[in-house]
Amino acid sequence: MPISRRAFIAGGAVVAGTGLIVGVRLYKPSVFAAEKEKAPPNPFDAFVHVKPDGKVSLIVAKSEMGQGIRTGLAMILADELEVDLNSVTVEQADTRPDIYPHLGTGGSGSTMENYMPLRRAGATVRELMITAAVAEWKVPRAECVASMGTVVHRASLRQATYGELVEAASKLPIPDQSKAPLKDDSKFELIGHPVPRVDVPSKVNGSAQFGLDVRVPEMLFAVVARCPTFGGKPAHFDATKAKSLPGVRDVFEIPALVSDKHTAGGVAVVADSTWAAMRARDALQITWDNGPAASESSEALAEALRTAASKPGKRVRNDGDVDAALSHTTKHVEAVYELPFLAHATMEPMNITVHARGNEAEVWAPSQSPDWVQRTVAEILGLQPAKVAVHTTLMGGGFGRRYMADFPAEAAQIAKVVGKPVQLVWTREDDMTHDFYRPACCHKMRGAVDPNGRPSAWFHTLASTAIRGFWEPNGDPSGQEVGGAREMPYAIPNVRLEYNPAASSVPRAWWRSVENSFNGFAVESFIDELAAAAGQDPVQFRRSLLAKPANWKPKSEDDPDPARLRGVLDLAAEKSGWSKPLPKGKGRGIASYASFGSYFAEVAEVSIIDGKSFKIDRIVAAVDCGRAINPESVRSQTEGAIIYGLSAALKNAITIKNGAVEQSNFDGYDPIRINEAPPIEVHIVESDEDPGGMGEPGLPPLAPAVANAVFAASGQRLRRLPFEFRPNA
Amino acid sequence: MAAIHLLINDHPHDVDVAPDTPLLWVLRDNLNLTGTKYGCGMGLCGSCTVHLDGEAVRACQTPVSSVGTKKITTIEGLSPNSSHPVQLAWIAEQVPQCGYCQSGQVMAAAALLARTPHPTDDQIDSAMVGNLCRCGVYQRIRRAIHRAAKGA
Repeated sequence: MPISRRAFIAGGAVVAGTGLIVGVRLYKPSVFAAEKEKAPPNPFDAFVHVKPDGKVSLIVAKSEMGQGIRTGLAMILADELEVDLNSVTVEQADTRPDIYPHLGTGGSGSTMENYMPLRRAGATVRELMITAAVAEWKVPRAECVASMGTVVHRASLRQATYGELVEAASKLPIPDQSKAPLKDDSKFELIGHPVPRVDVPSKVNGSAQFGLDVRVPEMLFAVVARCPTFGGKPAHFDATKAKSLPGVRDVFEIPALVSDKHTAGGVAVVADSTWAAMRARDALQITWDNGPAASESSEALAEALRTAASKPGKRVRNDGDVDAALSHTTKHVEAVYELPFLAHATMEPMNITVHARGNEAEVWAPSQSPDWVQRTVAEILGLQPAKVAVHTTLMGGGFGRRYMADFPAEAAQIAKVVGKPVQLVWTREDDMTHDFYRPACCHKMRGAVDPNGRPSAWFHTLASTAIRGFWEPNGDPSGQEVGGAREMPYAIPNVRLEYNPAASSVPRAWWRSVENSFNGFAVESFIDELAAAAGQDPVQFRRSLLAKPANWKPKSEDDPDPARLRGVLDLAAEKSGWSKPLPKGKGRGIASYASFGSYFAEVAEVSIIDGKSFKIDRIVAAVDCGRAINPESVRSQTEGAIIYGLSAALKNAITIKNGAVEQSNFDGYDPIRINEAPPIEVHIVESDEDPGGMGEPGLPPLAPAVANAVFAASGQRLRRLPFEFRPNA
Repeated sequence: MAAIHLLINDHPHDVDVAPDTPLLWVLRDNLNLTGTKYGCGMGLCGSCTVHLDGEAVRACQTPVSSVGTKKITTIEGLSPNSSHPVQLAWIAEQVPQCGYCQSGQVMAAAALLARTPHPTDDQIDSAMVGNLCRCGVYQRIRRAIHRAAKGA
């Protein structure tokens, strides 16, 4: 049901016969935020609705893209509320930025942000139900308990369901949620226990509705011909043949949009069916004006990145005196690591359905940021955002790609002309050639090891095609590039990190784990190289540099706790049988890395095949994500992040020629397939720390673990992704 | 264009489309059977896998005119109550994440088990190598196929 303005002001509002609604405040400004964040527009941004039939809805603005959030959030609420999990439904909140200020789903944040507020909300509602029963029965509160959606008076065994109590409860004042009595952790019945996901049954019988499955009466289908070269546009086009094809309704140009949308523009084709639109697009005759980026190539960019990584850059971290340490120490290590652009390649290509109806609009969006969709569509249609209703659908993968406003902007441009509901479909080729790519980068690392085998210097120069450099050309380009490199956790007395941007016209944005995907590779590869230079075991070497001082405090919210990193290192080493020797031609490599509030160590075991190639025999992962709400989801997300990382480590690169992406489908950009997927073991650290994120942090350690394993097995260092093993090197 | 007669999930359908229209788009756009997914349009990802007389085929590479009298089975028609052994095994092993490729994975696995009731890991690889999953649930797919083969 829609939440009324009165509901969120009152916090516990009732409309006769509808039950009890309790507002919840989920979003809290970061304690590390440099500036005081704006006061929220209203006290609550999620709602617990207990209905007269005892069913419970949690209305929350979190999108489901496969991470299992509709199950995890329901588990947290149900456990404290003392109801059966099956009676709780997580409902996608309306796109109402006035009520739900934090509508995005990303940054691995859905569980970590919502865990304590949802527990408090559950406890608050549970206590309200007990209060209502106590008042009705006139018995001492201490004699009443709540369980399975029922309040029971233990002495008399008198009982009442939440459904029976909800009307009385809805007339009570809502107590201060921060003081709600929380369950003792030992009493959790759902939290910490593997629970089947609520969305799985709909995903094995075809009934799950993704963005592309939206069907609205009288809808049309559209595709757009975009210039292959970034920044190019149609010089002229002839649509005569395209328009003559059956089912074609209209062909028109849409302009490119810059600012925060970054659409390519192009020629839109609208037809009665997806296939008719695709065929007509093929029949368009377009002469492109390729624009200023037409000379860009991956070769030249790689050279520019190497040059940039060799020059002094913006100093991001500077502990001790790196120059002195590098000049004094005898044993020096240098390495250069290079990583390419990457596409997200979600299985469901970008798409969205928009119906512009003059003074209002309706949108069906597979989006990680429905409020950005709303603002974008409203702006293009000249409407107030409140006049644009956005329905968030399931997503066939997100990985950061579905945060963007480009496809919504294009669909609004088309819908404005068409006037009927129109589904904009991106083909696989569109999706791969017009993504916002993971930045390409180059890391120059210099280190030194003293005669006692202790590392004395660490000098990391990172050059990348910055994400910020694309979105805010006047901003600090290092803003979203240095995370994880800046927090390099090993206790080395002299540490420096410098950053240089490299220019590119290729659009960039957030790809699963963002900059951690490349900084994790550089940091965890280079520490392994230092361990080898010191002649030490890679696990012991890392452990020796992760002592936790008694007075340790995090310097930022991303600063990893050395003890927790050591914990996952130890667990991964133990479970992988690290200390047991492997036969010749096989090797183990390890990498440990913290991001998004969670700690991972991964061990890769590889075999060298005839001196010509290598094969991954298994991956053993240890994760400390604080309290694991649904261990089943923790395992799934770990397995998924490892396979996603493996595609990047072994196979995938987006390369640029003549200013355009060379790969267009899964033939040129082929992710890991079942025959290439190694067995993965996931071991979870028992922890009562608050939950960390799980969507992304399993990815960064994968590539360095594999590279380090190949070194252990063959003596060969793999420093460029995707890896190319050099036969008999 | 001429009416083309199709037998889908045991129901007859007449559709009026260009004969070279891929079966995928006839299912999705003409018949609202959206369980069969578009992923690549080139037979590279397997998201559009359906059965023709029990054989797994890529609907995006199957012109509707080539179907003839063959029986088409889509994910919606695999079983009456999501009770096919593959579907039950998929739930037991909690296979899907985003779920987008899963219609195709389930259909490919069902076709494999119909002709090879107890597949080895290598046979599973051969049958499933054409089905991409970007969430990376391959290990669970393998477990679920073995589970379905055991009838558990």
